[in-house]
Amino acid sequence: MKFPDLSSLSNPVRLRDLIRQIRSAKTAAEERAVVQKECAYIRDSFRDEDNTWRCRNVAKLLYVSLLGYPAHFGQLECLKLIASPRFTDKRIGYLGAMLLLDERQDIHVMITNSLKNDLNHSNQYITGLALCALGAICSPEMSRDLGDEVERLMKSSNVYLKKKAVLCAVRIIRKVPEQFDIFQNTIRSLLSEKNHGVLLTATALVTEVCQQNTQALHVFRKLVPNLVRILKNLIMSGYSPEHDVSGISDPFLQVHLLRLLRVLGRNDTEASDTMNDILAQVATNTENSKNVGNAILYETVLTIMDIKSESGLRVLAVNILGRFLLNTDKNIRYVALNTLLRVVHADQNAVQRHRATIVECLKDADVSIKRRAMELCFALINSNNIRTMISEMLEFLAICETEFKADCTSNMFLAMDRFAPSRRWHVDQMIKVLTTAGNSVRDDIVSSLISIISLTPELHGYAAHQLYKTIENDITQQPLVQVASWTLGEFGDIFVSGQYKKPENEDNFQISEEKVIRTLEHILNWSISTVITREYAINALMKLSTRFPNYTNRIQSVMAHYGCNMNLELQTRAVEYASLFTAHNDIRANIVERMPILINNQTNNGEQAEPVDGSMEQPSLIETSDDVPGTEANIFDILNDPIQTNGNLFDLDGDNHNTIPAMIALDKNGLSLTFTFERQDTTLTITSTATNSTPYNITNFVFKAAVPKTFHIELYPANSTTIPANKAGELRQEMKVSNPNREKLRMRIKLSYVLNTNSMSEEMELNAFPEQCYK
Amino acid sequence: MIQFILLFSRQGKLRLQKWYTSQTDKSKKKITREIIAAVLSRKPKMSSFLEWKDLKIVYKRYASLYFCCAIEQDDNELLTLETIHRYVELLDKYFGSVCELDIIFNFEKAYFIFDEFILGGEIQETSKKSVLKAVNDQDVIQEVETPQGLIDEY
Repeated sequence: MKFPDLSSLSNPVRLRDLIRQIRSAKTAAEERAVVQKECAYIRDSFRDEDNTWRCRNVAKLLYVSLLGYPAHFGQLECLKLIASPRFTDKRIGYLGAMLLLDERQDIHVMITNSLKNDLNHSNQYITGLALCALGAICSPEMSRDLGDEVERLMKSSNVYLKKKAVLCAVRIIRKVPEQFDIFQNTIRSLLSEKNHGVLLTATALVTEVCQQNTQALHVFRKLVPNLVRILKNLIMSGYSPEHDVSGISDPFLQVHLLRLLRVLGRNDTEASDTMNDILAQVATNTENSKNVGNAILYETVLTIMDIKSESGLRVLAVNILGRFLLNTDKNIRYVALNTLLRVVHADQNAVQRHRATIVECLKDADVSIKRRAMELCFALINSNNIRTMISEMLEFLAICETEFKADCTSNMFLAMDRFAPSRRWHVDQMIKVLTTAGNSVRDDIVSSLISIISLTPELHGYAAHQLYKTIENDITQQPLVQVASWTLGEFGDIFVSGQYKKPENEDNFQISEEKVIRTLEHILNWSISTVITREYAINALMKLSTRFPNYTNRIQSVMAHYGCNMNLELQTRAVEYASLFTAHNDIRANIVERMPILINNQTNNGEQAEPVDGSMEQPSLIETSDDVPGTEANIFDILNDPIQTNGNLFDLDGDNHNTIPAMIALDKNGLSLTFTFERQDTTLTITSTATNSTPYNITNFVFKAAVPKTFHIELYPANSTTIPANKAGELRQEMKVSNPNREKLRMRIKLSYVLNTNSMSEEMELNAFPEQCYK
Repeated sequence: MIQFILLFSRQGKLRLQKWYTSQTDKSKKKITREIIAAVLSRKPKMSSFLEWKDLKIVYKRYASLYFCCAIEQDDNELLTLETIHRYVELLDKYFGSVCELDIIFNFEKAYFIFDEFILGGEIQETSKKSVLKAVNDQDVIQEVETPQGLIDEY
């Protein structure tokens, strides 16, 4: 390692040499050593106020800062360079200021004075440097201090300074919108300049102003004819070598003008009409073999779609996008898809024409292009093309990246929900989706599919059949297995009986009860099945205990076996189900009887399907609301639904029950339960208030209620499970009972709690509800 | 408006950076790291556009250097590619067949050229001739001032 002699002030390192040294360092440590040594020298040099080499030292510092080393100690030096009369110093000084200083530093304001001086300098390049720095690091304070200077320079006859000043004005207005007042008079005249730089910057300024300020927008709208003329001249003018790019005159200016026209034409029919012709002209005449022409066409399309253009023009624009889609340049395809996505809802028919090309884009190598193509495909599905589109999407689903699958399946489901030509087709396709997408589908799709199957009685056997076939040999796809388990549990008897419309060519298919049970057992026992899947399976088996009477004993022993399972949920269910074979055998048939049709609210965020009388709680409904453990769901709540922990409906305002008298439900052993009522038509809200007059706290208080079949109850979580002793506090719980037939309300309640280490329980039937509750 | 521009090598070494928004050093470093990583991981078949936070990143590789521009949602990506190309043409004209080494050893000049082309995140001049003339004129002033060169001693 050879370092030059850096200790000698009279022979400091040249910038170039420093760079060479740093680059020849073989390790990071070596590089650090070189840099640190040089920085130490530079620091010394700064301290010694060395004017001669200051700019070189700052240059070196800027280089190392690019490599990631700290250079803040050079900030003050930049200011000194800027204040120096030498041009070289200023050039480096301003560069350093732009790189090392920004609005956040206090030191920043010290620059204002130098800037003011330089903005008045006789040398245009020095003024130019100042304007450049202002444009890069201007703060709100500087904007206010120097706004006038900038405005003065905007009026200068020197185009070099004029255009820079205009861009400074853009920056100032962005920082301090009120400063527009200073500039407004000067802006208009800028657009009559011939110099392209001035026109370009002026366009940028007007665009910024109009986007910020609606009054200004109205004023500048009057300039639309002028802008149209400028654009026209630009296009029609002959070859200008200075501004030409691949045969197109000043594409940068063209695009900026088109953008300004867009801002001005938005929401204004008159302005939009004025620009109609020029837009058509640009759209048709621009050369599109190279990127530069396509950039202009792209901007034109954006403008046409955003203003109030006539339909012919819009069709023209969509066709340009359609052509873009066929371009071999992927960048152009990308912007086309992006734009089509934005306009598809407004111009569905026009975009439909390009559907085939869009579908092709699903096979693109670029992930962003694929994603946009996918979204666009979904936007284009309608009742005419649903069959072909879904089969295209299924193909896509089979090969796409995992990150797409969840969105794809959800969207497919939505599309089919809206446009499916028949339920049977719908069920078939959904089964295919679940088979293809594996474990990537969202949870709500499982319950949605179940709901669809349930809704169509003629498909019950068919669905069981198809689902059985898919999981016969493969139970790895959890969502599919869940749906299959539910279906087999519900409709296994229909399936076995063969009394349903079978799929084509399968008239002779026969399944035995044994096979169905074996499959469900297999799912339940397999350790790879998720807990949720196993929950579905265990429920399904339970249902089959009545549907397949010959297998009751077998199923009972399964339940007994699972009564010892390590998983709490499975164990709880198994134990409860086991008791359905013994102590409560008489109600088993009722509990597992066929469900009425489920109504599914297809919304996310845990809004659940309406519970159904005589049903068991559905694990999928619990699972959709994020992390409800569901342990409170207990089959003794025969006609309860799962407890909603999104219990925002818990209403502590218990005072609105003046019309219906309260009722004492229970008063025993110091525990008193009072019901207060609030009624809305056929829905009765009951608030149960429990108090404890014993000297001991009541803990682990659990309240359950059941109502007859024609009623419907929802129980909300209590505010606590403890009732303080000596009536020091209350426990409140709310329930809603719906009584569509206005029958006499009866309720069975069951309580359990711990009082003074004794476990207590009460069970009783309530018949004496006030008439106003139900009449 | 261009929010920032980054030039970096295929090994991820930063050669030039220009920011038109106010950020802390730490933030700049973090953003730079993330974007360099994102761009370097792109495969050749992918488009030149990346979504990053609420910005669009437009990048193009010229020989061993990546030119990377962050623009806003309203800006025209295809035109930004032309902007990048214009800058490369300017460098090429100035240095005569520019290569990465030119930009490494003359980074300050690369900045000077850039600052005559773009100001405050917007293009200020569309004539190559005018941009280069301004830069050359200023070079001359520098040379006249200090014939021996203050930065690069001859």
